[in-house]
Amino acid sequence: MKASPWALFMLFGQLSLLSFGGGNSVLPEMQRQIVSVHHWLTAQEFSALFALAQAAPGPNLMIVVLLGWHLGGLPGALVSTLAMFGPSGALVMFALGQWKRHHHRPWHAHLRKAILPVTVGLLAATAGVIGSAVAVSPGAIAITVIAFVVLALRKASPLLVLAGGACLGAIFQA
Amino acid sequence: MVTVAVTPDVREEDGEGGRLLPPTVKELFVGFFVLGVTGFGGVLPLAREALVVRRRWMSDSEFLDLLGLCQLLPGGNIINLAFAIGMHFRGVGGAIAAFAGLLAVPSGIVILLGAAYAQVRHDPLVQHMMAGLAAAAAGLLFAMTLQLGAQLMRDVRALMVVVAAFVAIALVRFPLLPTVVILLGLSILITARRRA
Repeated sequence: MKASPWALFMLFGQLSLLSFGGGNSVLPEMQRQIVSVHHWLTAQEFSALFALAQAAPGPNLMIVVLLGWHLGGLPGALVSTLAMFGPSGALVMFALGQWKRHHHRPWHAHLRKAILPVTVGLLAATAGVIGSAVAVSPGAIAITVIAFVVLALRKASPLLVLAGGACLGAIFQA
Repeated sequence: MVTVAVTPDVREEDGEGGRLLPPTVKELFVGFFVLGVTGFGGVLPLAREALVVRRRWMSDSEFLDLLGLCQLLPGGNIINLAFAIGMHFRGVGGAIAAFAGLLAVPSGIVILLGAAYAQVRHDPLVQHMMAGLAAAAAGLLFAMTLQLGAQLMRDVRALMVVVAAFVAIALVRFPLLPTVVILLGLSILITARRRA
């Protein structure tokens, strides 16, 4: 057990209301806290768990459940899940009534427009942070580039690309 | 979004194939449970198909409306959608049922994967596979960024916000909270100003 349930609760609870744009935007902060602040994992271990979570079915951020379990066992997994999704979920439930009443107001569209560049910037940062952590060899960099090109051209499903990446890694000893 | 035009909401006009009864708490759990099981590589397109077309819990426009809220607020889009749809039909109990249903199977699978990996992670072949998998997962993030950012390409001021966020988080490794507060404020100002 590397982290107490309380420490996990505090970490993911802080991130919950900051996870704009679908959740991946908090990955760099999650990595910074877990790797550089708390020293629970190395950057490579974090990237490996991120990759595992991406390979699993379900929504984004399954890495939270995995990190909770890895760092704090079953209680850690439960506490991390509740801390990460509870506050944002409560906000959704609270905002729903307001939204139904006011969703045609123009300021909603403007707010969404204002959030988009922040989301894209945070996602770019996530790609940069994770990308540099996994770039451990020329082979790994090549796999990242190939995966990017294939997905950007929409030539294959993400799951297929992940499986392909694992195979290429095994064959070329990335 | 295109889906509105492609799939016009006809059910509201013709009573025949109309909306079914609102789902119960149990049906909410089961509905999102199935989504969690089947949602390999992106749950969102699947969610629309399951909730609007197959289960007929809501119309396309209602779905897109709720999705808009979920994308605006912090939190995973699909997880927010589970909370919103559960709440919409059955209050807090429905929201919790939908959320628990959605995460049940993926949580189990991700923990099993983690346990299996912990057993074999010192095997060199596994290490190479994981390095390749992680590298491909990073490529996925770059591709997502490009797809989401494509619509901002001609907007210089929005691109400045994108670059500022990237520099602050990825290069300076500045904490997230002040970064989001400052950049969101800046972005709202820019958007409001262009309107005026």
